[in-house]
Amino acid sequence: MNRLRLWLLAVGGAGLAALLVAACLDLPGFGGDRHPYGDRAVHASLLRHTANTVASVNFDQRAYDTLGEMSILFAAVLGCVVLLRQARDEHRAPPEPAGVARPVRRYALLVLPVALVTGLYVIAHGQLSPGGGFQGGVVAATALHLLYLGADYGALERVRPLGVYETTDALATGAYLVLGLAPVLAGTAFLANTLLPYGTFNTLSSGGTVPLLNAAIGMEVASAAVVLLAHFLDQAVEIEEEHGS
Amino acid sequence: MADALIVVALLLVAASATAAVAQRDPARQALVLSFMGVLLAALFTVLQAPDVGLSQLAVGSALTPLLIMLSVRKVRRRGRARKEPE
Amino acid sequence: MHVLPYLVAVHLFLTGCYGLATSRNLIHAVGCLAVCQSATYVLLLAVGYRDGGTAPVFSDIRPGSRPVVDPVVQALTLTDIVVGATVTALLLALVLQIAKRHGTVDPDELRELRG
Repeated sequence: MNRLRLWLLAVGGAGLAALLVAACLDLPGFGGDRHPYGDRAVHASLLRHTANTVASVNFDQRAYDTLGEMSILFAAVLGCVVLLRQARDEHRAPPEPAGVARPVRRYALLVLPVALVTGLYVIAHGQLSPGGGFQGGVVAATALHLLYLGADYGALERVRPLGVYETTDALATGAYLVLGLAPVLAGTAFLANTLLPYGTFNTLSSGGTVPLLNAAIGMEVASAAVVLLAHFLDQAVEIEEEHGS
Repeated sequence: MADALIVVALLLVAASATAAVAQRDPARQALVLSFMGVLLAALFTVLQAPDVGLSQLAVGSALTPLLIMLSVRKVRRRGRARKEPE
Repeated sequence: MHVLPYLVAVHLFLTGCYGLATSRNLIHAVGCLAVCQSATYVLLLAVGYRDGGTAPVFSDIRPGSRPVVDPVVQALTLTDIVVGATVTALLLALVLQIAKRHGTVDPDELRELRG
């Protein structure tokens, strides 16, 4: 049985490898000079005074796709919350505070504010420099968890009222939708970047609605990551099964 | 110069991916994955995609391995709790 | 050099698939899926690269002064990474549920349980 499975895998894998390699040989060569979509995206981004073209593609030209992606994130977090909730045959046992080596504590508490501010900076400058809501959100959320390394789980739970983050997650998703619907009320299309003036190129308020959508995504990703990590941490550290069940 | 850098980064990524799959212990695999995340971030930076590199650094080398480690810990703790009462 | 990045993407995908098929631990399988996902990042970015191009960010260069690489595939990859992470999280949550209900994370033992 197991041998048969390995044979099947080998044959299928070899066939797939042959097809993929044949496809690779037919792709346009690496580093080629023809990027028609890229050139048009750069042109459109410059017309709307957005310095970071990737942010312009994400939050202006393909903002509708980002809405879909955000919904995936939201639904996945919801699924994790449901799957990892405390079941009836489980109980919570707060872990005993464990000693932390002094250098670890000092380093973690020193880096925490720096990492948090870096995350927020990366979110805020999404339309200007590399970065944006997705990256900064994850950085800010993981930065918060340095507290678990530097102090202990109880300290982390005190600065992390989970309900607030869950509400923020939902609010940010709602904000993105409202920002998308506002242009419809004004008479243009869903998520069209027409409401706000495009501003001065290369300043924080440039790009029309791009900074706003970016901030909504930043809030969403940060709170989604915090909620996810919180539930996994709860499972790993606190929730225990009843013995003898 | 840039070409050589790209080739080196590509080969390192391929090697670390092989190592990540070959390492059968999930806790160690999480460490290898985290290392591979850093290499991928370096590759993306060399490929002139700093946005993607930053995202990969945050997600691939911090968030995903962290989630895997926490799951491993939960499953192991369960295994221990199971054995104790018997 | 012309096809090397694509071949690396193929390698990543196939190694990940091999790990998925032969894995004896569901958590390890999720890690292998993460390797599979990284193949798509490498492929997308390789398609958008341009020799001598720079990052498509104009905060420190004058627009039009230098060729830039394709920003569209970069945006796609960005989306891909975030969705990949959420898929990993959801799968790990499912694995924890399986461990809770069946007491094992070995796919072969799970099949025997089903009978």
